Amino acid sequence: MFRRLFLILALLAFIPAAALLGFPPPAQGQTFPKLTGRVVDDAALLSPQQEQALTDKLATLEQQSGRQLVVATLPDLQGYDISDYGYRLGRAWGIGDKEKNNGALLLVAPNERKVRIEVGYGLEGIMTDALSSQIIRNDITPHFKAGDMPGGIDAGVDAIGKLLTLPPEEAKALAAQAAARARDASDDGGGFMVMFWLFVVAIILLSMLSGRGKGRRYRGGSGPIILWGPGDSGWGSGGGSSWGGGDGGGFSGGGGSFGGGGASGDW
Amino acid sequence: MTILRQLHLFLLPLLGAFALSACGINSVPAAEEVAKAKWADVQAQYQRRANLVGNLVATVKAAGKQEQDTLVKVTEARAKATSVQVSAQDLSDPAKVQQFQQAQAQLSQGLGRLLASVEAYPDLKTNQNFLDLQSQLEGTENRIAVAIRDYNEAVRAYNTRIRTFPDAIGAKIIHGAKPMTPFQATTPGAEEAPKVDFGN
Repeated sequence: MFRRLFLILALLAFIPAAALLGFPPPAQGQTFPKLTGRVVDDAALLSPQQEQALTDKLATLEQQSGRQLVVATLPDLQGYDISDYGYRLGRAWGIGDKEKNNGALLLVAPNERKVRIEVGYGLEGIMTDALSSQIIRNDITPHFKAGDMPGGIDAGVDAIGKLLTLPPEEAKALAAQAAARARDASDDGGGFMVMFWLFVVAIILLSMLSGRGKGRRYRGGSGPIILWGPGDSGWGSGGGSSWGGGDGGGFSGGGGSFGGGGASGDW
Repeated sequence: MTILRQLHLFLLPLLGAFALSACGINSVPAAEEVAKAKWADVQAQYQRRANLVGNLVATVKAAGKQEQDTLVKVTEARAKATSVQVSAQDLSDPAKVQQFQQAQAQLSQGLGRLLASVEAYPDLKTNQNFLDLQSQLEGTENRIAVAIRDYNEAVRAYNTRIRTFPDAIGAKIIHGAKPMTPFQATTPGAEEAPKVDFGN
């Protein structure tokens, strides 16, 4: 008897999860390079030393400001406009924090002679289109025109980094906040959901026990209790931000999104 | 035996509740709200463009350029484009969405023409103010494109949801859901590049 009851309960618990899974994932007809680190040099424009130096710079920026900047050189835009390619790549990699959307990309496509700064939703107010365009015009493309690709990328990262670096007091507040969040995270997990299901099971068990004596007692009493689950919100949102830590080894995006902010240029 | 009956008394409503939630009671409005929010994004980006147009016109005028005809056309197209708004409730009305589309496309054309004609002035092309404005306009066009694509994706998801089992049941019986209209950025003639007359 009880085994059957639990079987049904277990099944019920799976229904909302299954409903969530029913969302078809958006179609992706495009392939993107792998996010191998903070610097993805697929077009081979940088020497290993330069790549390492850039990676360190970008890691420092993230540590200081919590904002992710990734440099990508692309051998091929697959026929897409660089602005079109850029936001899709940013979304595919999920650069930036999931809630703050504070990621940015510096894209260089040497074969198409295009460069782009792609700005996540949350940074659009800081890295405005006009400022991004100025960085491309004044810092990056002069180097590119002279054939100095690493120099242009480096100058671009410095200029973007200057904009994204937080003033010291803000950086301190951010660090304190992050520490507090890490402390809270442990007891904030699925506690509510567990309580809810325990409550449901308890009510069913109680009613069965109380009803065992007299068969009709329940029928006359209060009607059946219908409980609604606390909605979908509790189920799918396991992933907050998954920061890549300090070093480039296990680097990954935090799920940030992009909406086409930034600027493009050519040389 | 009695236990079994009581069990059913409890489980049936519970099962019913979950079954209902599986046929679109929650998911249909949720998908609808997503699409509406994406539409708000589209409109916000178009509004942003309209705001920039005023600055652009002023900059070109301040540079003393003889583009009166184009400037007037752009200003008129802007006024018209900002007067046509589509509320979230009207998204299932293709005619209204198309009206909005056309008004915005007209402004796009006028803007394209203005920017193309300005190319002929080297001093304006090196004007930092103008370059910044141009980059902002480019960024906005880009954001519009992204917002439209996201909106269309949300509409596709919503329209599929209300037409497929099991959500179609709840969509039809409880919500009376109607399909929403996707946004076609390309109107007839929009693919034509604006012609530039250098006046010689």
